[in-house]
This record gives sequence, C-alpha cells and structure tokens, in this order.
Amino acid sequence: MSLLSVRDLVVSYPTQGGPVPAVRGVDIEIGTGEVLGLAGESGCGKSTIAGALLRLLPTGTEVTGSILLNGEDVLGMKPRRLRAVRWTETSIVFQGAMHALNPVQRVGEQIEEAIVIHQQAGQREARVRVGGLLEQVGLPPRRIRDYPHELSGGQKQRVMIAMALACSPSLVVADEPTTALDVMVQAQVLKLLKELQRELGLAMLFITHDLSVLIEVCDRLAIMYAGRIVEEGPAQSVFYESVHPYTRALAAAFPAIGEGRFRKAPSGLPGDPPYPQDLPTGCTFHPRCPLAFEACPHIDPGLFEVSPGWRAACLLLDSAKPVLEGARIPGRGP
Amino acid sequence: MRPQPTSTEPLAAAPAAHIEAPKEPPRTPKQIARARRKAAAKRVWREYRKNKMGMAGLIILGLFIFVAIFAPLLASSCGLDPTCPSTGPQLQPPTLKYPLGTDDLGRSVLTLTIWGTRISMTVGLVSTAITMVIGTTIGLIAGYYGAWRETVLMRMTDWFLVLPFLPLAIVLATLLGPSFYTVIFVIGITSWPATARVIRAQVLSLKTRPYVERARALGASDWHLVTRHILPNVGPLIFANTVLIVAVAILSESTLSFLGLGDPLHTSWGTILENSFGAGAPFAGNWWWVIPPGLAIVLVVLSFTMIGYALDDILNPKLRAR
Amino acid sequence: MSTRRYLISKVLQALLTLVFVLAFNFFLFRGVGDPVTQLLRGHAGITRQSVEQLQRQLGLDLPLPQQFVHYVKETLEGHLGYSYFYNLPVSQVIAGRIWPTVLLIGLSTLASTALGIWIGIRQGWRRGSRYDQGMLGFTLFTYSMPEFWFGLLVIMAFAVGVGPFPALFPTGGYESTGAGYTGFAHVVDVVNHMMLPFFVLTLSYLGQYSLIMRSSLLETLGEDFIVTARAKGVRENRVLYGHAVPNALLPTMTVTILELGFVLSGVITIELIFNWPGLGLLTATAVDARDFPVLQGLFLLFSGSVIVANLVADLLYSYLDPRVRAG
Repeated sequence: MSLLSVRDLVVSYPTQGGPVPAVRGVDIEIGTGEVLGLAGESGCGKSTIAGALLRLLPTGTEVTGSILLNGEDVLGMKPRRLRAVRWTETSIVFQGAMHALNPVQRVGEQIEEAIVIHQQAGQREARVRVGGLLEQVGLPPRRIRDYPHELSGGQKQRVMIAMALACSPSLVVADEPTTALDVMVQAQVLKLLKELQRELGLAMLFITHDLSVLIEVCDRLAIMYAGRIVEEGPAQSVFYESVHPYTRALAAAFPAIGEGRFRKAPSGLPGDPPYPQDLPTGCTFHPRCPLAFEACPHIDPGLFEVSPGWRAACLLLDSAKPVLEGARIPGRGP
Repeated sequence: MRPQPTSTEPLAAAPAAHIEAPKEPPRTPKQIARARRKAAAKRVWREYRKNKMGMAGLIILGLFIFVAIFAPLLASSCGLDPTCPSTGPQLQPPTLKYPLGTDDLGRSVLTLTIWGTRISMTVGLVSTAITMVIGTTIGLIAGYYGAWRETVLMRMTDWFLVLPFLPLAIVLATLLGPSFYTVIFVIGITSWPATARVIRAQVLSLKTRPYVERARALGASDWHLVTRHILPNVGPLIFANTVLIVAVAILSESTLSFLGLGDPLHTSWGTILENSFGAGAPFAGNWWWVIPPGLAIVLVVLSFTMIGYALDDILNPKLRAR
Repeated sequence: MSTRRYLISKVLQALLTLVFVLAFNFFLFRGVGDPVTQLLRGHAGITRQSVEQLQRQLGLDLPLPQQFVHYVKETLEGHLGYSYFYNLPVSQVIAGRIWPTVLLIGLSTLASTALGIWIGIRQGWRRGSRYDQGMLGFTLFTYSMPEFWFGLLVIMAFAVGVGPFPALFPTGGYESTGAGYTGFAHVVDVVNHMMLPFFVLTLSYLGQYSLIMRSSLLETLGEDFIVTARAKGVRENRVLYGHAVPNALLPTMTVTILELGFVLSGVITIELIFNWPGLGLLTATAVDARDFPVLQGLFLLFSGSVIVANLVADLLYSYLDPRVRAG
C-alpha cells in the first residue's frame, strides 16, 4: 500500500524570462515503512520536491502532475483539508540548525502548537506529550522552556525531529537534516533517525547531497540531476554498483570510511551543474559525462531498466541502440 | 536551499549578457577600461529606462532644471523687485495676466516661484556636494584603513548622527547669521554622517574582495587601490546616495528659510513661504501665495527621490540578488 | 556579553555622548564669534566700558577650561543662562513650554506608530497589492513634502475654510483665550485646538513607520521558520500574527523610537504655524530674536531627549529579544 505516489511532477519557478522548471517530471513511490533516499547536488531540485509535497512552495510556483498522499490528491485539496493533512499524515524535518525555529518562542511551545492545532490534545496534555517527545529524541524534558538560540546545532535538530513526530505521521520527509552539523553530531542524529524509523515503522523520504549518509538509512535510493531522476533502485545496488556515470561520480565524492574501493582519492566531476534556464540538449549530463558518445547530445534518455526495481537514465543502457565497439557498458563488467 | 513560501520575488535572471566588444581593437589598458565603463553605463541606462518611477522622476527633474537655467527667459527679470513695472495689484488671486496671482507687494507669484527654482536647487546641489565630499572621504578612510582611524571616525559619525538635525542647524545658522552661504554650509556639514556610514560599509565589503587582495600582493599603493579599484566600485552607490541626499537638502533649505535663516536677499521657495506666512496669507485665505512654492518643493523632492530609488534598485547588489 | 554589562556599557555610552553635546554647546557659543558681539548686535551706544562689564558678567575673563567646568556645573544644576528676550532664566522659560510639546508629540507619535504598524503589517502581508502600492505612494508623497507646508494647507482648508473646505477648527493657539474654561470644558477646548497640529504631525510621519514595519515584516516572512509554521498546518492568520509579527515588531519598535529626532525637527515648524505654545514655537521665536541662551538650552534639551530615547530603545530591545536578554 503506497503512502506516497508522485507521478510526473513538474515544478516551475517564475522568473523575469519566463517560468523555469526546477523539477522536470519526477516519479516517486514510497510504501508504508519504506525509506527512500533522494540525493543530488545543490540546485538539482530535491528540496523543491520536499516543498511541493505539502504545497509549501512560494506563490507563483507552477506545480503540475499528481501527488497522492494515502490515495488523496494533494494538489487538488481545499485549504482546510490541506492544513489538516499537514503534519498529521506527513511532516517535514527541516534543517534545524538554520532558522527553522521561531527565535522568540520557546521550543516546547512550538512543538505544542502542532499538537494543539490538530486537536490531538488540550494544552496541558500536549505539554506532557512534548516532554515525552523530547525524551524520545534524547533531550531532557526541561529543554521545553528553552529558546532556540540556547540549544546547540545538534540539539536543535533533535527538536525538529521531535516536532516532526508530534502528530504521529506515517510519512516523514527529512530535508537535509544532517547537512549543517559537525560530523560527530551527524552520526548521532543519523543513528537517532534510524532507531526512530525502526521503532515507529515510519516511511521516510530522506533528502541530502551526501550519498554516504543515505546508505545507512535507506532501502531505496533515487539520484537526481537537473530536475530529473537519473537512477533509482535498491540502496546497496545504486551505491556500490552504480550504473549511471553521475551516480558513480557522486558516490566517489563521498567516500565511506573503510570501504576498499574508496582508497584512492575521490574523483571530482569537471564543470558545474547546469542552470535550469540553460539546460544542455539531449541528455543533460552529457557535457560532464566521461562516457558520453555521439548520440548523447541529441537524445534525451528516459529511465531504462537495469534489473527489476532498478532503473537509470543512460543511453548506454538502451539495448535497442548500437553499442560502440570497445565501449564499456557500466555495471556489466570491466 | 529551501524555497520560501509567499515570496513573490522572481529568481535571479539569467546570467548577465557579455559586455559589448569595443568597435576598434583596444589599445591601452586605459582605453579598455574606458570602453568597459561606457558599456556598463549604457547597460545601466537601458535598465533605468524600464523603470517607470525613475523615468517619471527624470522627466520632472528635467523640467525644473530647464526652468532654473532659463529663468530669465521665462520670467520677468526684475520681477522680484516690487518697483518693477511688471508688478500688479497686491494679493490678487490668479488671473490671466498673473496665472498664480500676486503677493502682498504685487509681484507675480509665478515669477517668484520660477526664480525660486534657482536658489532652492543650487543650495540643494552645492550642499550635497559638500556632504558627499566629507562623507565619502571619511567613509573611505574609516573603511579602508580600519583600526584606530576607523574607531575614531565612526565614533564621531555616530555621535553626529544622534544630534537632531533642525535644532543643530538652527544653532549653527543663527550663530553664522542668515545668508546664502550659511545655509549651504550648515546643511553640508550636518548631513555627512549617513553617507559616511554607507560608504564605509561598502568599502569594507570591497576591501576583502579577491582582486583587491591580488592588487595589494602585487605591490599596489594605497592610493592606487583606492582610486583604481575601490572608488569605481563604490561610485554607483555614491551616486544613488547623492540623489537621495539632494532631496533631503532641498527640504532642509526650505525649512531653514521658512524659519527665517535663509538669505533675505535671495528668493527661494522657502523664503516665499516665509513671507506668505509672515503676511498672514494662509489665514486670509490667499491660497495662491501658499500652494505653488510648496508644490514646487514637493515635485522636485519627489523627482529626486524617485530617481534615487530607481538607481538604488538597479545598482544595489543586495537588491539585485533577491 | 552578559545583559548587565551590555546595559551598563550602553548607559555609559549615552552619558559620554551627553558630555560631548555639552562640550559642543559650550565651544560653539565661545568659538564662533565673540559672544559679547552677539549680544550687543544691533544695539546702539556701545561703549568700551559696557563691553568689559558684560564680559565680566558672563565670566568671559576666566581661562577657557575653567569656563567649561563652570558651564558644566551650572548646567547640571539646571542653570542654563539668562534669556535675552524674555529677561528670565532660560530654565524657567523652557519649563513653561514643555507640557504642550510633550502633549502634542506624545499623542501624535502614539497615533502615527499605532497606525503605521497596522498599515505596515497589511502592506507587507499583501505585498504588491493595490493597498500596498497605494500606501507606498502616499508615503513617498508625505516624505517629499515639507510638514509646515502641509500644515499651512490644512489651516487653509479646515481652519480658515478656503474654497469647498469647511472651517471646523481654530486657527491656532492652545486654548480659547479669555473664555476661562475649567475642568472638562477646558480639556475639550484644548483638544479642539490640538486637532489640526495633531493631524498634521501624525500624517507627516505615518509613512515612515509603515515603511519600516513593512520591510521588517517582509524580511521576517522570508525566514525559514515561517515555512515550518505553515508546514505544521498553522492557519495563515496565526502565521502572520503569532509567528511573523512578533519577530518583525522587535526591530520596528526600536527604529520607531529613533525617529524621535525627526519628529522633534518637525514640531518646531508645526508649533510655529499653529501658534502652539510649546518648545517648538519657543525655538522659532528665539531664532527671530537671536536669543542665543534659549537656543542653546533648547539644543541641549532636544539632543538630550534623542540620546535618552536611543538609550531607551537599546534597553527595550535587549529586554524584549530573548536572544539578547539571555546574554
């Protein structure tokens, strides 16, 4: 039973030169208790997806496609229904270390607010629940009375997690929850997320630019580039046996300590991610791709199957096209 | 990078077009620099023309500058003198012969207002020039050298900023005696703190830019760095700031003149209002003697302000990035 | 820095500024031109003897540093010199005029601020709407207009009744002279006289406050925690008043207090044209009479008020912002 079913999502931002697509046709499927990781460089559109799910994008943004949350179309919801659904069915863990918390309100009150708004409890009972939530994320309950600036980055992130769990959602979207934290704190927060996910049977959409983080928590991985998913499949497969040249480069850029294949220095990718207004023709990755050949600038690859449940958008996978002599098909031998 | 709801600001436009190449092959670095600067100015003008508010302001200002320059042609040259043959009956409401009526000495209010343009605008521009020179110098020194110079200068600036303008101006002007130069001087030396602050902030941000550090590493002297690298980049900001300061200067002049601290021998819009109030015009209902000079002030100040905002919109890097 | 140390340093800074103002005042009088010449300007029949007598009277024969110390002492004791025009101690002259100005400025600032904040919030929330653009235009216009000219227009319209406008209010003054109102009738009379200057002052500065509130709110609305609030399912109204406004209000309030300097400048000309017997009118008449001791005393009072207002703004901000309070 899929909790979240996104089909053909297109999100465009208005600019002086016309609407610019940040997300260009994305499909996502998350079932109960399933954890999907979404990775890519800055500007690939992954955070936009997080905003789109609950219609939190700025006014003027065009969103088309279908977003089904528990079978209900989010894009067609009336405002009151949308507000009711927000946080109770799906919540978002924002980057807590930044300004995602109201600076002039105590953190306990901010978590309480979520509970009280959705009428899940009166104020007094809500307060008790908040104490419990803080304990669940490893914070002493007395922190209820603290202001955000009195907490460290890691503590603020825990508060964000506690807040996200306040209304017992079935799906939690984690939008770069560890990005702004120190490495040690990152590890703690990741561990916490993993435990909570297991305990509560949460489905999660985990968004980050750091692949090595995702391998810890996710069942499946989806890699985004220039507004599209270029590879998705089982986490282990996508990370260790990446098929798409971009995925390989991304995986190499974030070496996991102890993994043999990363003993060599991480390889960077030449060039920069393209501007959404100025996308390359054909396969948008071709200018930076080490395996690009003549067809690449002309044909925009869809997602080809690598194996059941594992797809990647690379022309080299298209069995119908003639393969260049001597070219190596990624993932299928030397 | 999370999207912000309800922000209606568009994303940054596509990266700026390349600078137009100069027609002949560039020869010396100076010519390259000049060509580049001309191209940049053309770009600014092109953007400026799209700004409705800025264009409206420019048109109105142009009108007033025209009036100021051609005043002797537009109004009778002895019109300020009550014994001039062009004067008519006293305190007359507008008629065909005197479109804005006459004052208590029979002088045409239209003539007075036209002549007043010269003084009001001159005072505004000259005192602003003084303000800009002082403010820019102090801001440059404070921002560029830092350390004790910055502390001392900024303390001075902050202290000056606290003092309320009019009481200070009044004290100074009363001491120096009412005259054309007093007003210019007083406005000039009381308005520099705000400018100094803005300039210093900009210099501070420029000081750490890579090209400045590179130039310094190459052994460039302070003078060279300031004149060749920092000033040209602070320039546009100074310009936008200047325009807004002129607006305030004209307002200040009108207030000081209204209080009797302006030059009694010169007619400015402020002194016209001073005279009309002194003669009881508002209370007698002689609206034609009260409205025109004030309206002129409003229009000129409005035009400078609109131009200043338009320039700020175009030249201010912070606003562009949004 | 702990809150207490922050506050103490702010108070010390304010005191230091006050001392500088005193020094400025002192040296201005002594420095620009001979004060005796100032005093005797325009008077006929000046003899060398009278000049020397005056010099002794003013203590000008003492060395400069001593004069300054003497001056500071006198000032702290409330002796601000002697008015040329009124032949009374300056402190007495000023004291009699404080209340009308406090009344006028106090009420009009309250009105401008309250209205300005309310309008600014609506503008920021509905940025780009016709309401927003209309108010921006209004603000631009009032900013470009000398307050005294606006005052003159208002007088002509509503006190004198030029053209289609009705004469509703008195043309000036604090109260109806010779009418002998007492108690409630007196209050009503004063209010009646205050309506027009109050109206002019309020409208003249309304725009500044609304502009400040508007940009403060716009900046706050761009912050991440607003997204968080919406994501939690908070209603729009509550996002605005429960989350955005409390954060936007903090800097607005302090900047508002700092506007006092402008209001003080404006009140001088407004009191003049409405013949409102306060410090502003006193300033204008002192200018006319070249009554320098009074002008000095007023400058001290005005500057001191602004310095104190700045200090209050700092203290208020540190009290209200939990980030600064916790130190």
